[in-house]
Parts: sequence; C-alpha cells; structure tokens
Amino acid sequence: MLKSIFSGQLQLGLAQAALAALAALAVVVLAERRGMHLVSELVIAMIRGLVQIVVAGSILLLLLRGPSWTSVFLLAAMIVAAGATSARRAKGMPEAFRVSTWAIACGAGSVIAVMTLLGVIDTPITALVPVGSMLIANAMNTNGLALNRFRSDVLAHVGEIETALALGADGNSSVAPYVQVSFEASLIPAIDSLRSLGIVWIPGLMAGMLLSGARPLYAAIYQFVVLAIIFAASGLTSLVSTLLMRTRVMSAAEQLILRPGQPAAGS
Amino acid sequence: MAELTTRVQANPGLILRAEKLGRTVPAKILVAEASFEVCKGETLAIVGPSGSGKTSLLRLLNRLDEPTNGTVYLQGVDYRQIAPRDLRRRVGMVMQRPYLFPGSVADNLQFGPRQRGEILSDERVEQLLAGVGLAGYRLRDVANLSGGEAQRVSFARSLANGPEVLLLDEPTSALDEDSKREVETIVQQVGREPGIPCVLVTHDAAQAVRLAQRALVLEGGRIVRSGAVEEVLGA
Repeated sequence: MLKSIFSGQLQLGLAQAALAALAALAVVVLAERRGMHLVSELVIAMIRGLVQIVVAGSILLLLLRGPSWTSVFLLAAMIVAAGATSARRAKGMPEAFRVSTWAIACGAGSVIAVMTLLGVIDTPITALVPVGSMLIANAMNTNGLALNRFRSDVLAHVGEIETALALGADGNSSVAPYVQVSFEASLIPAIDSLRSLGIVWIPGLMAGMLLSGARPLYAAIYQFVVLAIIFAASGLTSLVSTLLMRTRVMSAAEQLILRPGQPAAGS
Repeated sequence: MAELTTRVQANPGLILRAEKLGRTVPAKILVAEASFEVCKGETLAIVGPSGSGKTSLLRLLNRLDEPTNGTVYLQGVDYRQIAPRDLRRRVGMVMQRPYLFPGSVADNLQFGPRQRGEILSDERVEQLLAGVGLAGYRLRDVANLSGGEAQRVSFARSLANGPEVLLLDEPTSALDEDSKREVETIVQQVGREPGIPCVLVTHDAAQAVRLAQRALVLEGGRIVRSGAVEEVLGA
C-alpha cells in the first residue's frame, strides 16, 4: 500500500518508520492505561534510535571507501556508547559505566578481534562494522541484564550478604550466589536465540544475504556462526561484568557498599 | 596506644574498647565520639530511641561499616590492623533476623569454620546446638524452623566461630514472648559459661535490665548516659 503512495525510497522509508513507531507507541499507550509508565522513555529511545541509525548509516556511507582500519575507531566508539547505555540499567552501582565499558570491550571487542583474525568475520568495513555492531549491541543488552539483575539481587539480599560477611566470609564469596544467578539470567535471551534459530525466527542478516544473492545454505550456516559468536561475546561480557561488579560492591575492608537507603540501614 | 596496652595489662578482662568512634555520612552524624569498654563475661546494653544510632554503632564494632573517626581495639590491637575476615570471626554478630542459609542446621553452623577451611565435628555441632536448646536439630532443614528456633540457630552459628565478643542487634525484636525468653536465656548463658562478653542493642529498657550489667544510652548518635544498668535506666 505504501509503495503505491511513495515512489522515492527515502520517503517510503520514513513512512514505514512512522508506522512502525506508531505501532510501538500504541502498545505503550495501552500499557500506560494499566499503570505501566513507559511512554516518555520509549519516545526518547525511538527518536534517539532513529537519529543514531541514520547518522550511523551516513557515516558508513562516508567510510565505505575508506581503509579497513577506520572500522576499529568506529567499533571502539560503539563500545563506549554501549557502555554508557547499559550502565543506565544499573543506577546506584559504583563505577557502572567503567565496568560496562570494560566488560563490553573485553567481551565483544576480543571476540570481534579474534574472529576477524581467524577469518570468520570479513575485514572490509561493510562486513566488519555491521557484524561487529551486532556483537556489541548484544553484549550491551546482556551486560545491562546482568548488572540490573545483580543490583536488584544484592539489594534484596543485603541481610544474607552481611550475615555471611559477619561470619567471616570474604566479599567475593558473600555475593557469589548473586553473581552466578545474574550471569545465567543475562544469557537467557542469547541461548533462546540460538535454540529457536530457524524455527521461531529467521534473522535479518540471513534474509539480507539471501536478498543479495548468497547461497541459502551458506547464508544459513553463516547466520549460525554469527549467533554463536554473539553468544561468545555476550557470555564473556557478562562474565567480565559480573566479576568486575562483584569487586565494586565491596570496599577494601570487605564492607557491602551497595545497600538500600545508604547510609547504614537500621537505627 | 601505649596507654591502651598498659590498660589491657592492668585489666586482662578488657576485650573490646571503642575510642572516640564515629561515623558521619553526608549531612548526617550517625555515631559521634563513642568511647566505651567491654570486659570478659559482661553484657553491655546499648539503648535509645529508634534512629538514635544503636545499630550504626554496633556495625562499627565489627567493621561492617567503616568509622569516619576513632577506632576499636580488640584485645589491645587496633582493629584496622586485623584482617576484616579474622576480625569478624573474633567479633561475632547476631542480627535482628536470623538470615539462615538454605540447607540443614549443621550446614549453617559449618558456614563460618568452612571459610577458614575448618570442619566442625558432628559432636561439636551437637554440643553447640545443645547450648542453644536445640539438641537433635543437626540435620533439620532450616526451612522448617520456627522464628525462635531459627534465631537460636543463628546464635549457635555465631558461637561456632569461637568469637571473643558477641554483638547482638535486637535479637528478640521479631520473636514472640516465649521465644524471646528462650533467646534471653541463651544470652545470659553465653556471658556466664564461656564468659563471652556481649554488646546488646535493644530498644527495650526492661530487657536491658534483665540481661546487662552496664548500659549506654544513645541519642542522636551520641552517648548521653552510661554506667551500671540500674543507674542508667533508672530501674
């Protein structure tokens, strides 16, 4: 229907984006009526997302003819932005931005580097940046989930953690159960994506490869490759993130820093 | 420091001494300049209205919170020179709620010693449980304990570490009258038999009189009265 109204590709794209945004808005307006307040957050996120992806597309367009090494800077900038975004899911956590950025750099960054060196990810900027960005974005989501879960679990179990400390346990083992749960919970989406691949969803990358003329079997295998390295990047990010955060919630004298209603609870 | 060493030598029963202990957080003084001593076998009650800084003071004594001024001496040694894990083993704490770890009663009693790579014998576990009136409870799942039983297990769990002093943070405030009396009996026994001194935080003046020999009254984080419990609380 839209194609019959808009002849130009840009106008068509904007119209499609407007309709997609309306669908998302309709859902949150419905949720708002049931007391779940997401409208402002979604509107800001959508505007940001649209502007960012258009800017990224424009930059990609400019860099397409540039040397491959320029993608390193682009990916590094994406890692910092991802760190800032997922740190917002861990309000009150000490050094959340630094932890998130390091974790994503170690997780997604190292997997991108190793897979590129091994030839699993192609080096041309048109391949490296989109695939790398997928890894970074998924690592960001996993990191946000891990930090959010860790934060809420620690805040919900202050008594248990301080009891362990008071009995002579070290800081790391006092929060170890919550590190483990956060790590496992953060990887549920990545595991489910792998598990449902080809049955519940056919990802965009595979569809794009098919549209651009790749052989269906290779497109399918490569999609699995991408999801597997996404899992590797996400898992490593979550592992680094939770291990770093474990040390940040304890002081040097093994006192729990992250507690509700700081200063010390009680009378 | 030299003066304190002399004091410990002069009074070998002196276990814990807080010296100008305080904790200030932005825009609030939680505890100010608290100085007191705790000697072997005695129970010191810290009383005061809600929000007066009782729990904040107690948490400074085993360094669950960091003092912003002053310090604590344990057997004459500045506690900042003692590794926090070792300090907390030596300065046991029973919290308002027992916070038992999932598993059996024995698992909970083994928790502290296990942190140092030690295992308590079954006989020792039974002995500790008998001491809190729970003989035969060793293999019980903690999920099936009453509130009073759980708090008694938490006492035994702290005693399993062999503490030199025990901090009690309103240990009976969440219990019914019968359980409260049982826990009070344990506090009295702990002070009498192993001679472990206790620092008891309570908002209940009558309980302080029943259990303690000396008392401190806190108001706004400051000690406003201290001395023999009957004198301080006017019993």
